[in-house]
Amino acid sequence: MAATKSVSGRKHFTGRTGLVLFAFMLPALVFVGLFTFYPLLQGVQMAFRNYNLNDLSDTSWVGLKNFQTLLGDEMFRGTVWNSIVWVVGSLVPQFLIGFTMALWLRRKFRFRGTYQALVFFPWAVSGFLIGILFRWMFNGEFGVVNDLLMKTHLIDTPVPWLADARYAMIAVIVANVWYGVTFFAIMILAALQSVPDELYEASAIDGAGKVRTLFSITIPSIRTTLALTVLLRVIWIFNSPELIFGMTGGGPANETHIVTSYMIQVTQEGDYGRASAMGLMVVFVLMVFAVFYLMAIRPREVKRPRKVAAA
Amino acid sequence: MIRHESIAGRIVKYAGLGLCLLITVFPLYWILVTSFKDPGTIFAYPLRYWPEKWSLDNYTGLFEQSNFAVYLGNSLIVSTVAAALATVVSLLSAYVLARFEFRSKGAVMGAFLVTQMIPGFIALGALYVLMTRMYLVDSRWGLMLVYVAVSIPLCTVMLRGFFENVPASLEEAAMVDGCSRLSALFRVLVPVMTPGIAASYIFNFVNCWNELFLSVTLLNSDSNKTVPAALNGFISSYNIDWGSMSAAAVLSILPTMVLFAFASRYIVEGLTSGAVKE
Repeated sequence: MAATKSVSGRKHFTGRTGLVLFAFMLPALVFVGLFTFYPLLQGVQMAFRNYNLNDLSDTSWVGLKNFQTLLGDEMFRGTVWNSIVWVVGSLVPQFLIGFTMALWLRRKFRFRGTYQALVFFPWAVSGFLIGILFRWMFNGEFGVVNDLLMKTHLIDTPVPWLADARYAMIAVIVANVWYGVTFFAIMILAALQSVPDELYEASAIDGAGKVRTLFSITIPSIRTTLALTVLLRVIWIFNSPELIFGMTGGGPANETHIVTSYMIQVTQEGDYGRASAMGLMVVFVLMVFAVFYLMAIRPREVKRPRKVAAA
Repeated sequence: MIRHESIAGRIVKYAGLGLCLLITVFPLYWILVTSFKDPGTIFAYPLRYWPEKWSLDNYTGLFEQSNFAVYLGNSLIVSTVAAALATVVSLLSAYVLARFEFRSKGAVMGAFLVTQMIPGFIALGALYVLMTRMYLVDSRWGLMLVYVAVSIPLCTVMLRGFFENVPASLEEAAMVDGCSRLSALFRVLVPVMTPGIAASYIFNFVNCWNELFLSVTLLNSDSNKTVPAALNGFISSYNIDWGSMSAAAVLSILPTMVLFAFASRYIVEGLTSGAVKE
């Protein structure tokens, strides 16, 4: 690792400085290398092996067998579909509500700081615990959700939310939306605060209405943040089975199992080969998605500054 | 701002904000109220939105029926130490990544970001095998080391964002005065960056405190269990004792709530500035 010069470009380093910097980086690299990347590479290898903790007498190389088993596994195919419903169903409301909240929070009002601290709090609670909280609230007999819905006459009889396959997915998505709105609001609010006031003043002078301002000024100005936040959220929602674990454990009848929660279950059963194969497929799909997504949002970003330059 | 909001617009905005607040706070309120209800009235119908009689029975029951004090202690030790170690290690790497250009810098940043996108538990099986070989399975110290590794990438990115808000001339001046790089970092930069470092530490602590799958996989004896693993044990049993469960939930939220109240502003700042700079 050769240090050349500082960010400011003013200072050049001797070999000794390079050595000191390397020593500073080393602990982080050792930790992450040993406990994250080494197991990751081993995991990739296991995906192509017969590696079951319950019977380690034969851990031979089996090629794509684990992947074939999975693709033929009806339960796995079900979890793929559930994952899509889970991601899309959680993301869209989170985005819309989070964006609206950020727009409301942009201007100063009394107690805004306290308000933000309260509303942002769920972020610090684990998804698993959120799952437990909502498991209690969505309880079919003693749950507060049914009670409130019946008091407001939205339903007449209690709904067995977590026992009935038709409603369980709705219930976990509602919990996840509650949990995730805040992150969107934070990221979008941070981006909104970087939009210069002059842009809004100019659009007001030009007589643009609220909707027009939103689509012509606000959204284009924070497009990059919006796009990256959505990408991160897709990956994150896909990879976060904690809430489902706490709320339904994947039930009833595996109706709320997503790929990653199924993967954890298979890991705990000891079939590391099959679990790793599942993990590898998740990574592959997410990477392909990320590449296409980034390609899809890139051209517009390049165009915008050009227009400004021409004007 | 030139344009003023219409009165109707304001009403919609404040009603919306009020509703969001209500919806956010309600589940937390509900679990808190449940935990203080007399065990007999938890399953009473109609539901009580305000307990008639406040009772600590759920809490005493929790500590009598399980080793919850031990779980709390384990979580506290593992999270406190792991968060501290991760913060110190990240401080060093963040300093290098914020201040210097070198050839493999892009690769290091890329590797750190990849760990955020690929869920750690993809390698859960392989990690278990590695830990077995190192005789670190079912050890709180083993779990701690893994938590340090898991915390480093994001903590480094956060601290790097904070470093970039401090001018480099500060430690350069100290080094001209004869400080070594390490002592300049700890004597000059760390005091200036205290809020950011505290926020990073709290962020690490909260993440370790909340972690479930690693602790369930790597620890198996009851005396080593952390709080999330214990909660997982409670819900795995067929009949959930919702009284004890809500008391346990309240106790496990409390520390993060207190810490987050102090640091949320700085955490958000660190995450957004770190992310924007990248």
